[in-house]
Amino acid sequence: MITLTHVYWFAGLCFAIYAVLTLRDVAQKRRWSSAAFWGLLALSMLAGDYLGDVGNGLLVVALVAIAGFGGLTRGEKSADDAAAETAFRQGEAARNGNRLFLLALVIPATALIGTFLFKRIPHLVDPGQVTLIALAAGVLAALAIGYAWLRPPPLVPLQQGRRLMDAVGWAAVLPQMLASLGAVFALAGVGNAVGSLLSMVIPDGSLVGAVIAYGVGMALFTMAMGNAFAAFPVMLSAVALPILIHQHHGNPAIVAAIGMLAGFCGTLMTPMAANFNIVPAALLELDNRNGVVRAQIGTALPLLAVNIALIYWLAFP
Amino acid sequence: MWVLLGIGVILIGFAFRFHPLLVVAASALVTGLAAGLDLTAILAAFGRAFNDTRYVSVVWIVLPVIGLLEHHGLQERARSLIAAMKGATTGRLLIAYLLLRQITAALGLTSVAGHAQTVRPLVAPMAEAAAEVDRPLDHATRQRIRAMSAASDNVGLFFGEDIFIAIGSILLMKGLLEQNGIRLDPFDLSVWAIPTAIAAFAIHGFRLWRFDRTLRARGVRR
Repeated sequence: MITLTHVYWFAGLCFAIYAVLTLRDVAQKRRWSSAAFWGLLALSMLAGDYLGDVGNGLLVVALVAIAGFGGLTRGEKSADDAAAETAFRQGEAARNGNRLFLLALVIPATALIGTFLFKRIPHLVDPGQVTLIALAAGVLAALAIGYAWLRPPPLVPLQQGRRLMDAVGWAAVLPQMLASLGAVFALAGVGNAVGSLLSMVIPDGSLVGAVIAYGVGMALFTMAMGNAFAAFPVMLSAVALPILIHQHHGNPAIVAAIGMLAGFCGTLMTPMAANFNIVPAALLELDNRNGVVRAQIGTALPLLAVNIALIYWLAFP
Repeated sequence: MWVLLGIGVILIGFAFRFHPLLVVAASALVTGLAAGLDLTAILAAFGRAFNDTRYVSVVWIVLPVIGLLEHHGLQERARSLIAAMKGATTGRLLIAYLLLRQITAALGLTSVAGHAQTVRPLVAPMAEAAAEVDRPLDHATRQRIRAMSAASDNVGLFFGEDIFIAIGSILLMKGLLEQNGIRLDPFDLSVWAIPTAIAAFAIHGFRLWRFDRTLRARGVRR
C-alpha cells in the first residue's frame, strides 16, 4: 500500500540530491555546512522513524545551529551564467508557447483527480493521506511529461529545484519547527495558563465586552501561537462556553464557526504562521520577510471587526 | 503561569529580529524548563513532534517541476499572455484568482493551489506583467505586487475552506463542542462561514480595486 512514508522517501531523495549538488558547487561559500543542512533534512525524511525521539531532537538542534549561525548559504550564479539563462528562457518561451501552462496545471489537476480517485482504492492508497499522495503523484506525472516533452539533461529539474530551495533557505523548516513548538506548548499546558489569565480580564456581565474579548482574544492568541487551531480550544473553554453560550445563550454553531474565522484574521497578521506568511515571502524573493503580513493587515483588521459584529448580531437574536 | 514565558520569548525574539529558528528553539527550551521538564525530555518531545509533522515540509517536492518550467520559459510566457489580454489589470487578475481560490477551497480543494503550486509560477508573474504592460515597474512596486499576490491566495484559502464540511477546523470545533455536551452537524458550522466569506471577498476585493488605482496613478505612460 502507498502511504505517507513513500512520499517522505521522495522528499528525502530530493533533499539528498540538493545536498550533493551543494557539495559539488565549489564556488559556494560554506558549502559543507549548507550541504549538511539539506543532508540532515534528507535523513529526517528517509529515516526519521528509526532515529528515536532524542535522535530526532539532536537532528533539530543541528539544523537550528547551522541555519541560526549563518551556516546556510545559497549557490550564486556568475553574471555570464545568469545572462545565458535569461536568453535561454526567452528562446524557450517563444518555442514552447502556451503549452507550458498545461504542464504547470498537471500538478493541480492530478492532485484534484487523485484526491477523488485514490479514495476509491483504499487497499492501494492510504485513504487518510490521499491529498499528499496525490500531490506527489502530480509531481511525478509533471516530471515525466516534462522530461518527455522538453528533453532537459537529466539533472536540470533538480538543479533548478535546488535554486528555488536555496532561495527559500531556512524558511523551509520553519513551519515544521513551529508545529513542533506547538506540541511542546501543549505538553507544558500553555493553553490552560492563557485561559485562566483571560478569564480574569473579561468584563463581568457585558455581552458586547465578552464578544469583543472573544474575537480579539482569538486573533491575538492565534498571532502568538501562529495557529487558530491552538487558540480555539483555549478561547472556547475560557470565554465562549461559560459566558457567550451558557450565560448569554448564544447559538453555539455561530459562536464557534465565526470565532474560528476571527482567529484566521490573526493568522493573516503574524510571522508565526510561517507557511502562509514567511515561506511565500522567501519563495517570491521579497526583501522584507514580513512583506506578506504587511499586505494582509489592511484586510485582516476590518474583517476581524466584521466577524465580531457578525457574532454579536447573528448569535444573540 | 511560568510556562507563558515561552510566548514571551517568541514575541521578543521576533520583535528584535533574532533568527526565527533560534527563537523557536529557545522558546521550546524555556517552556519545557518552566514546565519542569529536564533537557532530555524537552529534546525528545521536540524531536518526536518534528518527526510526526514531516508532512508539513512535503510541499517542497513541487520545486523541481516549477524550476524546470521556469527554466523553459514559464514566467516569460505568463507575461506575454497577460500582455496580449486587453483589459487585464493586476487588481482584476488578483480578484479573479481570489474568487477562484475561495470557491475551490469551499469545495475542499485546498491543495490544488498555493504559494509553491500556483502563486510563484503563475499568479505573481501574471500580476506583475499586467502592471508592466504600458509602463515599467520599479523594484518597490514589483515587491508590493508579489506580496499582494501571496495575500490574495491566503485570504481566498482561509475564508473559503471553512465552508467545506470535512476540513480540519470544522472537525476540531465539532469535536470540542461534543466534549462539552453540544452536538452539532459539521454542516451547522460550515454554513456560518458563508457570511464571513462574502465579507472577506468584499474587503479584499475592494483593496485590490484600489490597488489598481494606485498602480495607474504611478508615473506617466511610456
